[in-house]
Amino acid sequence: MTSQHAAISVKGLRKSYAGKDAVAGLDLEVAKGEIFAILGPNGAGKTTTVEILEGYRKRDSGEVLVLGEDPENPHSGELHWRNRIGIVLQSVNDAGDLSVSETLHHYAHYYSHAKDPDSVIGLVGLSEKKDAKIATLSGGQRRRLDVALGIIGSPEILFLDEPTTGFDPEARRAFWELIRTLRDEGTTILLTTHYLDEAEALADRVAVINKGLVIEVASPELLGGRATASATVSWSEGGNSRSEETDSPTRFVQDLATRFKGEIPDLAISRPSLEDIYLRMIGEA
Amino acid sequence: MSILKLGALRGQLEIKEFLRQRESVVFTLAFPVILLFIFGSVFKNTIAPGVTFSQYFVAGMVASGLVNTGFQQLAIAIPMSRDLGTLKRLRGTPMSPISYFIGKAIVVTASMLFQVALLLGFGALLFGLHLPTSGILWLRFTWLILLGSACSTVLGIAFSSVPKSGRGASAVVSPIVIVLQFLSGVFFVFSDLPKWMQDIAALFPLKWLTQGMRSVFLPSDFAMKEAAHSWELGKTALILVIWLIIGTLLSIRTFKWSEE
Repeated sequence: MTSQHAAISVKGLRKSYAGKDAVAGLDLEVAKGEIFAILGPNGAGKTTTVEILEGYRKRDSGEVLVLGEDPENPHSGELHWRNRIGIVLQSVNDAGDLSVSETLHHYAHYYSHAKDPDSVIGLVGLSEKKDAKIATLSGGQRRRLDVALGIIGSPEILFLDEPTTGFDPEARRAFWELIRTLRDEGTTILLTTHYLDEAEALADRVAVINKGLVIEVASPELLGGRATASATVSWSEGGNSRSEETDSPTRFVQDLATRFKGEIPDLAISRPSLEDIYLRMIGEA
Repeated sequence: MSILKLGALRGQLEIKEFLRQRESVVFTLAFPVILLFIFGSVFKNTIAPGVTFSQYFVAGMVASGLVNTGFQQLAIAIPMSRDLGTLKRLRGTPMSPISYFIGKAIVVTASMLFQVALLLGFGALLFGLHLPTSGILWLRFTWLILLGSACSTVLGIAFSSVPKSGRGASAVVSPIVIVLQFLSGVFFVFSDLPKWMQDIAALFPLKWLTQGMRSVFLPSDFAMKEAAHSWELGKTALILVIWLIIGTLLSIRTFKWSEE
């Protein structure tokens, strides 16, 4: 049984294209109000999964509930369900003859609880460009417009498919702030990303997907046993660099200190980064 | 907001977008006038007492205008917005597809009315086109335009699922329209065409629209010169309604918001 109370609940989801499994029995549960990130290599089934949740694709089998409704056939009516969700797609490239402000004001009419278009423009940092035609926007500015269009309807769930691709570091940080603001307002956020630092900075929980299956779901700090993983202690001795993996780095360093009778040359202790863990999980390292 | 009201807003937005694409404005609206100018200047012969070829041609161009601004425009523009992802994004919003279709019908009707006005203006000014004088003819003109553009709009939406990409759409759609124009008595006098060509043309709406427009712009006794020795207005209405129903059903069943 899938839970009625979760924002998103997926059980045994399957979808294949031409006999090849894109999603192979995937389970997922996203609580209301959390930022949930899906990480995975290209072809892992991220986009297929998200597009099934968004109601763009039909599944072969499995149970899916988004806000308590089946995206394929919401019993309250498709448009009523769509009024409650926001979608930021991976690539939209409008012809661009309308201005930012015209586009947002128009989209605001679609929703029953639309936010004020001008304040949304401010929120995504496009105030200076509000009268500019979309065609004249840079890649990053277009992406911010995509986000603005995704949130204009005050969605209960926001889907973000690789939202910060093409952002400079400053714009990414501003975008992360925006996402946290939305979460603080109670919006559930499901995001797919290639960037591990993005997942680490934003997500309450992360699911790693590979070959159409969820490998693990955990908070970024705990993913892959990261918190309890062996630490690597490295130092220099007799002109050579040495390193040792250990589960008890403190005792190991104490012993080293005794041996060196004081300072240990070039001492460093490191835990695996999220990237190390992730690459190990998807079998790339 | 209601489906109709959103449809009206979509129409407003589409007109705004259309007017900002200068090349397409010039191409769609001025092209028939340019054709009229060329044909009207080259063929100065009379095809019946008191009927010049340019008069005959204007009637055909008005009918073609319905096909150009509806069928041709939509069957090319929709695959392009599908390629750009605009349609997929719209699909993700609570806007009803019906509103989208209404918006398209509005922009088609607006550009068509503008085009018809241009054609009639130029035709009357330069080529001695007689505008209809009786209320009955204007009424006939109105229902032909309304039914014709509705038919053309839904067929354009239905056909938009055929081209695989926006870039290839024009190559698929334009030849169909041009061949139909030749078969349907736009560029040639219909009754001069071989019988088999007339029979093929009779399957499609354009032949009936051109014939209907001739009944508006040519003297009433010209009806005897038609292939059927009559304007066949009842049959015209029937065939247009059948195509309207086919087009609507196909639009609803086959419309593609994205290329999967």
